[in-house]
Amino acid sequence: MPDLLLELFSEEIPARMQARAADDLKSLVTNALVDAGCVYESAEVRATPRRLALAVAGLPENQPDVRDERKGPRVGAPDKAIEGFLGSVGLTLDECEIREDKKGQYYAAVIEKSGSSTAEMIAGIVPDVIAKFPWPKSMRWGPGSLRWVRPLHSILCIFDGAVVPFEIGGIVSGNVTYGHRFHAPDPIEVGGFEDYEAGLRDARVMLGAGERADVIGNEARTLAFAQNLELVEDEALLRENAGLVEWPVVLMGAFDEAFLDVPPEVLTTSMKAHQKCFSLRDPKTGKLANRFILVSNLVADDAGAAIVAGNERVIAARLSDARFFWDQDRKTSLEARLPELEKITFHAKLGTQTERVLRLEAIAGEIAGLIGADVDAAKQAARLAKCDLVTEMVGEFPELQGLMGSYYAQGEGLGQEISDAIAQHYQPQGPSDDVPSSPVAQAVALADKMDTLVGFWAIDEKPTGSKDPYALRRAALGVIRTVLDRGLRLRLSPIIQFTLARLGPTLDRLGEDSERKHRVRAVHDALLRGDNYLLAFFADRLKVHLRDQGARHDLIDAVFSLGGQDDLVLIVKRVEAMGKFLETDDGAVLLAGAKRAQNILRIEEKKDETRHDGAPDPALFAQDEERALAEAIDRAEAEAGAAAGSEEFAAAMSALARLRAPVDAFFDNVTVNAEDAGLRENRLKLLSRIRAATLQVADFSKIES
Amino acid sequence: MSAQPATSNAGALSPRTSFQGLILTLQRYWAEYGCVILQPYDMEVGAGTFHPATTLRAIGPRPWKAAYVQPSRRPTDGRYGENPNRVQHYYQFQVIIKPSPPDMQELYLKSLYAIGIDPKTHDIRFVEDDWESPTLGAWGLGWEVWCDGMEVSQFTYFQQVGGIDCAPVSGELTYGLERLAMYVQGVDNMFDLNFNGREGDEKITYRDVFLQAEQEYSRFNFEHADTELLLRHFADAEGECHALIEAGNADGRHEMALPAYDQCIKASHLFNLLDARGVISVTERQSYILRVRELSKACAEAWLRTEAGGGEGGDA
Repeated sequence: MPDLLLELFSEEIPARMQARAADDLKSLVTNALVDAGCVYESAEVRATPRRLALAVAGLPENQPDVRDERKGPRVGAPDKAIEGFLGSVGLTLDECEIREDKKGQYYAAVIEKSGSSTAEMIAGIVPDVIAKFPWPKSMRWGPGSLRWVRPLHSILCIFDGAVVPFEIGGIVSGNVTYGHRFHAPDPIEVGGFEDYEAGLRDARVMLGAGERADVIGNEARTLAFAQNLELVEDEALLRENAGLVEWPVVLMGAFDEAFLDVPPEVLTTSMKAHQKCFSLRDPKTGKLANRFILVSNLVADDAGAAIVAGNERVIAARLSDARFFWDQDRKTSLEARLPELEKITFHAKLGTQTERVLRLEAIAGEIAGLIGADVDAAKQAARLAKCDLVTEMVGEFPELQGLMGSYYAQGEGLGQEISDAIAQHYQPQGPSDDVPSSPVAQAVALADKMDTLVGFWAIDEKPTGSKDPYALRRAALGVIRTVLDRGLRLRLSPIIQFTLARLGPTLDRLGEDSERKHRVRAVHDALLRGDNYLLAFFADRLKVHLRDQGARHDLIDAVFSLGGQDDLVLIVKRVEAMGKFLETDDGAVLLAGAKRAQNILRIEEKKDETRHDGAPDPALFAQDEERALAEAIDRAEAEAGAAAGSEEFAAAMSALARLRAPVDAFFDNVTVNAEDAGLRENRLKLLSRIRAATLQVADFSKIES
Repeated sequence: MSAQPATSNAGALSPRTSFQGLILTLQRYWAEYGCVILQPYDMEVGAGTFHPATTLRAIGPRPWKAAYVQPSRRPTDGRYGENPNRVQHYYQFQVIIKPSPPDMQELYLKSLYAIGIDPKTHDIRFVEDDWESPTLGAWGLGWEVWCDGMEVSQFTYFQQVGGIDCAPVSGELTYGLERLAMYVQGVDNMFDLNFNGREGDEKITYRDVFLQAEQEYSRFNFEHADTELLLRHFADAEGECHALIEAGNADGRHEMALPAYDQCIKASHLFNLLDARGVISVTERQSYILRVRELSKACAEAWLRTEAGGGEGGDA
């Protein structure tokens, strides 16, 4: 079966867009083919900086024939209706067939269309795909109006060994491609995928991005090994480099050893961010070496001597800049930079970084006191944590924030605890990032996140749907992970209140007039009352987090439904104990009983339009089962309450488990909806006591059976 | 690529041994291609793009090919002449071709060969770098061009200028002349560049020409420029620009787009000076940028109604 080969040859496509574009090309073309009835055996795509290529194997020569039958008017219908139908299908009455259904005879038009040739289909599909291609950013060029990521130069389109002829934006499809820009720029005629790939390889174009990345990685490791060094692996940098060359040639350069005085992260970041070069290290000491790996796109006549020399000069200039920043920054203490933070707006409504730092200092101190960290150290670390934002180095490499502050703090002799806290206060940055290690660092990191969360909540900038511009979900998850991983006993509500109080002066400054201010006020007041959507947000994030770890989300709901649950560690303990209890026979049966009680109550309370809370009257108990249940409930409630109070949730569950037999006996032998209204109400009250008892550990109504 | 001793006057004209030789070579190359070789615009600008030969000629239907050197002033980049790579005044070599020809990349590469960069030994790459000028209301897509890891040019296909879609699209090349010269001369400090290609007593370096200027202008830009005066001048330029836009209207045509645009250039540079003096806060900054953009938009719209802009009376 015939194959299709398509190549779109252009000026340099940004590296970051190539992989996605190749996938888009594949799905757009193959989906259109399938929609036209042309199924295929396999499809593969390739992307280089100058081309996207698609090979579709095993297509039919022709689109399948289609037979379409359209139902028309009944036989004997008015002439007008029949004429209209004939007009719409383009047939005469003789050409129509007569069919019969339950209601009688009708005319049917049978239209048989033989399928177009697949080549014709392709000639229609490809220009359409090009015209509508979903580039993240596209452009026009010259006098034309066609859009592509950069000027499109030629289109190779061959089906079944022959050119599929079409034209778009003045470009006529053909069977010609071009090799490497400098090594083999002349046209190459192509008959199919195999000689396309082979022809390009001869012309110094390696089509596969994966292959180019492998070559780069392998050659880099080999070069490193020959010098007794080790490549600092960087997957993203590898992929980016693979998108910048058609024929990777890996070379090694060196820089002055004196630069190694600068922190290794700075050197690595500088070489990577500006020059897309890899760092190398000594595998024995783990220290950075004064060598780097560069990826060029040329098999140079001088074996790369000029390329290495040129890159070494650029790297030297870059590292000089970095060292200049490093030296310059260390002339000013972090403390002395505090006034400069006034110039940085954190958020128009949440004030400057100075205001933020003042809040962080107070909040970190408060949290430190609660988690047993050194309060003064936490305050100091919080005060200095943002000072590196105004250093030259962080201005140049924002990704080094925190880390630079920690280096500068060490340099000032502020001690490990402070410098670690500065370095780690942004952690955890993602689900796989570490949480802060020391209590002081935890206090500052939690303060940073709580200030962010409460602040944006107070100005009503909450995440909506997929939009979370201030990464508030990540901040909440950061709090959750830090608290849980480190087992920190901390109630969130008081911290929210404390943070809110610190935000007060800043929020008060918002314009008097605005409706916005009004809303801010409302949210603020609600938060102060403890009517607290922020806590619900934490609950949602906790659910996501625990669900990822395999916990049941309904159990989390059942615990949150108790109200006032703001101690994450305790919540998780309850959930865990519940999960275990429900796996036991006692647990499952008790749950069934409790739910039955709930259901009856719900129905009857709705009917009666009143609640049947409150204690039942022992004098009205008519059966032993009632008395036994009432006693068991009193005992279980007291025991479960006491156990839960001392956080012994397994014991609380055991206490509740003892309700199983009396509940079962009650339902087996007692009729709740007794004829006697007094008896009925008393029994409903007894049922409500089951609910009350189980509420010592969780809201059973939220649990799915 | 070390500098060869110049024993004759040839060095004075060689792009490999003299800064002026580099400029002359590029001018000759683009002149042979058919560009008009213009002289720098006689106003202070932050980049060669501000020259009306680029900004205004990039819009409207008429074809255009030009090349010129433009001194560029970026007050905040001044370092009192102490940084080997950063200065508040430097030269850009600017090429604009409308519509961009299909072989624009090839033409550019050949200009590199003309100044002595051999593609058989040097790694030349086109690395994504989209261009945007918020004050000009302009953007385009293109690359920074790397030679052995060094950024030697910007290459942009203009999509919009002054808020107006460019049709046809212009191709713009900007060579950072000092950097390119440092590369071909093989020096690490801009001030060590050989300017006139002579050796010995007759040699003039970039330092001889510009060091004092860098020191003096850094003092002016960062310390002494009278900010009250600058703020007033900004308001004056802005007002004059609007007034000229208004006064130039004539039966659907416009008769003073160029003088109005001069005032826009002035406002832009005054804003840069104010920025260097550190008197513009973060929030104000955005509003100044928007004010300049309003001017450039108004000028661009006016330009479209002139003859060179292809408006009524033009043949396009």
